[in-house]
Amino acid sequence: MKAIRSCLTRRVALRGGALSLAAPAILSRAAWAQDAPIRIGFPTPLTGPYGAEAKDQVRCAEIAVAQFNASGGLKGRKAELLVRDDKLSPGEAATRTLELIEKDHVDCIVGSLSSSVQLAVNEITKARGMLYVSISQSDTITEASDFARTTFHEALNPHMTAGAVARHVFKPGMRVAILLADYAYGQEMAAGFRRAATAIGGIDIVLELKHPVGASDYSTFLPQIRASKADVVCICNFGRDQANSIKQAVDFGIKRQAKIVVPVLLYNQRLASSPDVFEGVVGGSNYYWEIENQFPSARSFNDAYRAAYSGALPSDYGAYGYSGVRLILDAMRRAGGVSADAVIHELDGAHYDTCKGPEIMRACDHQAIQSVLILQSKAKSNMKNDADLFDIVAIDAGAEANLRSCADLGHKS
Amino acid sequence: MPIVAAVLALLPWVAPSQALSVNILLYGLFATGFNLLFGYTGLLSFGHAAFFGAGAYGAGIALAHYGVGWFGAIFIGVGVAGMLALLIGAVSIRSRGIYFSMVTLALAQLVYYAAFQATDWTGGENGLRGLTVSVLSLGPISLNFLDPTTKYYVLFAFVMFALWLLSRMLNAPFGAAMEAVRENESRARACGFDVRLIKLIAFVVSGLVCGLAGSLNALHLSIVPIDTLYYQTSGLAVMMALLGGAGTFLGPFIGAAIFLLIEDIFSLWTPHWQLFVGIIFMLAVLFMPRGVWGTLAGWYRERRA
Amino acid sequence: MELDLILAQLFTGVALGAVFVLMSVGLSVIFGMLGIVNFAHGAFYMIGAYVGIFVLTLTGSFWIALALTPILVGVFGLFVERILVRPLYGRGPDYPLLLTFGLAYALVELVRVVFGSDGVPFDTPELLAGGFDLGDLGYYPAYRLFVIAFTVLILLVLWVVIERTRFGLIVRAGARDPRILSVLGIDVARVWLLAFGIGTGLAALAGLLAAPMRSVNPEMGVAVLVEAFVVTVIGGMGSLLGGAIAGMAVGIVVSLTSLWMPQMATMSMFALMTLVLIIRPQGLFGRDDLAR
Repeated sequence: MKAIRSCLTRRVALRGGALSLAAPAILSRAAWAQDAPIRIGFPTPLTGPYGAEAKDQVRCAEIAVAQFNASGGLKGRKAELLVRDDKLSPGEAATRTLELIEKDHVDCIVGSLSSSVQLAVNEITKARGMLYVSISQSDTITEASDFARTTFHEALNPHMTAGAVARHVFKPGMRVAILLADYAYGQEMAAGFRRAATAIGGIDIVLELKHPVGASDYSTFLPQIRASKADVVCICNFGRDQANSIKQAVDFGIKRQAKIVVPVLLYNQRLASSPDVFEGVVGGSNYYWEIENQFPSARSFNDAYRAAYSGALPSDYGAYGYSGVRLILDAMRRAGGVSADAVIHELDGAHYDTCKGPEIMRACDHQAIQSVLILQSKAKSNMKNDADLFDIVAIDAGAEANLRSCADLGHKS
Repeated sequence: MPIVAAVLALLPWVAPSQALSVNILLYGLFATGFNLLFGYTGLLSFGHAAFFGAGAYGAGIALAHYGVGWFGAIFIGVGVAGMLALLIGAVSIRSRGIYFSMVTLALAQLVYYAAFQATDWTGGENGLRGLTVSVLSLGPISLNFLDPTTKYYVLFAFVMFALWLLSRMLNAPFGAAMEAVRENESRARACGFDVRLIKLIAFVVSGLVCGLAGSLNALHLSIVPIDTLYYQTSGLAVMMALLGGAGTFLGPFIGAAIFLLIEDIFSLWTPHWQLFVGIIFMLAVLFMPRGVWGTLAGWYRERRA
Repeated sequence: MELDLILAQLFTGVALGAVFVLMSVGLSVIFGMLGIVNFAHGAFYMIGAYVGIFVLTLTGSFWIALALTPILVGVFGLFVERILVRPLYGRGPDYPLLLTFGLAYALVELVRVVFGSDGVPFDTPELLAGGFDLGDLGYYPAYRLFVIAFTVLILLVLWVVIERTRFGLIVRAGARDPRILSVLGIDVARVWLLAFGIGTGLAALAGLLAAPMRSVNPEMGVAVLVEAFVVTVIGGMGSLLGGAIAGMAVGIVVSLTSLWMPQMATMSMFALMTLVLIIRPQGLFGRDDLAR
């Protein structure tokens, strides 16, 4: 009851604006809130280059909602998903988030697919005490200056991802070249590789080359990479840039002298390119359907997805949609209400397993400690079917040691 | 002018959401600033994102890095945009026609890349953050700026003030001088107008208005995304002004409202809203050359005549 | 800095320049002949790649796709000119520009509806797979060399058509002053229709040729539109020779920037464009009556 009341006071605070309309609205809402659905705002870039990833996020999030409702909801209260198109633009995402909070009176926000979009959403939710689960990579969002006690970062972050990949690929004595997209994602990934290289020791980073985001031609960057005589080339960029740069690097014979490594090996980008281009490329991932052989939670998630979408399998970014929504709904259920304080209390330091084995929500910075899968792209001849894209080389188990310490992030202990 | 005021004052009560009405208000002002140059002076700029963005970053950086109050930050934003407009204007008015468009585009892109690189100041691609204003204090009064209705009317007051100044300017002899330049540059010159000076003043005033829109937008969103400066933002101003009616006072607001409403409604209904926006835009160009408002106003005038 | 590396960058720059020339020639043709700034250029380029994939899956031959795609998209361009652009002649250059802006918006989304928003794989044609070891210049893919040769061929053909045929004469006269043609009893509308078709066909050809080098996706034309504009504006709008020289210049500038200030590689194009326009507002080879 206490939880419901504090949730109501927040609503009242938000509604205070519509003065003339406010009073009757609050009255009717108070009587009704007990069984009004829990509303989850879900901004995601349905239009634009990551439309496919976004659609899969929505599909997976809907599974989480359906499972929650089927298992009785929150004391009978059902959940519903309010999907909004953020168009991959921080400004648009901020507007949609304001709308979700002010007009749709959501109880929490889950979503985003880029570093800048999640920071924009975070800025809005932070000022309004709104719960937010971010499901795309960023190192910045958990740093003290952007941290919000209401925000939880369920996705991997660049430091963990690049670190895990580096630990499995880098060997002392290696020469490493890094090609990175010149923006937060690329720089954070590159920094992750650099830190890991220092920790491993004996690794020579011979070249670090920044390319503009969205470059259409990479041929002018390749002569330097070739001249660096590196054994490993780390390509730190995302989406189309990844597909484009790997393809051109392969065309220009880089694979003949070096191993190509990416921090995040994207399921959809691999599908959009030919297997020959990606063959042998190693990279990290948050989720790949084949881990169902190790983790029962992954199997039941895959099974639910197969049942809902005629035998198809979820993608990596799709799985974030599921785990993000699942995380917050489960916490609300445990808290017995939707009040931000109660949910934060449940999530701080929580141990949970949504779909990829055990995870811990670190209390000090709200980063999910979790495993990083190390994948290698398969040769066309070894693929058993269209979804059989990668070999799981290793599973880098989640450990707090793999994260930057909270003191490093600027949090006071 | 009174019509604009009345319509915009009622907007939050009819639009689907408060955030959308604020967008209509601010993008309407942005398009109005652009229209001053395009509709009234005949110069098609593809670089107005630079001034919108300069206003946003000017105000945002003042708030986030220097702890300037919200009121001062708005003036700083407008000032930065004005200075940038003076600079870009001085260079670009030397060329004409499509080359003018290209010079403004190129210079604005340089501003974009500069802001992208100046991460310490602008936050780079992650965008500028840390400028949330939750309470507006002005002397003894303090307002809750997180409240959407309060926020709307505060921004509304600024926009109205700017529009009032603009309408005064357009009705003054300077307004006539601008239109003379648009209609026929050589004739304007022959009549003794200093064409370059008129163009430059129009350019700077246009930049100031767009800068105000940008500053207010930074306050509204509490972030400044890097794509504020991208050329697609310039394209947005062009589309809105043309859709509503270039060269009319109310047109840009109508254009902004139609564009944003279509986008809002269609994007809830289908992920392929761009298809419809594109088609509607083409139809508008083909069949409403003077824009929606320009065409309606034309009919009205004909019927009265 | 080793000399070898600088040489390799210069070579890569010239090669990239040829790709830039190829991508901008369609834009230049339409501007030079019709005075229209075609904002849908990037969309036609992208459609070229998708139509190419379609023909390729139907026939299984890259070469048939290469022959058919420009014709199919060119015919589509004829319809666009006849139905959408022609009503706007005489209304000033802003209107066709805005119309093509809207058209590009719609076409990109249409492709997303038909082919999905993910990219589509496009393999290098088998005959041109692999590459050559060019010694100090490094390994260079055969397909890129083919694209460069093909670009030179296209430019030669265009030059011959414009400078040495009766059609070229008409086109050149029309670009100077359409009234001359009307006085001579030539149907200007038909010349413009054809020119628009050729321009869109060339854009599509560039898109198809780019498909095996870059990935194919609905947004692939966006960057190209910008690059093509920069090249065309630097060269002087409507000048083929200017476009060719500007393409090379942009390629070399981008390549050398990639060596010394890699993150500024895209910006360097705009810096070059700004510089050129400040010194010569009509571009290197542009006619100055359009600029002043």
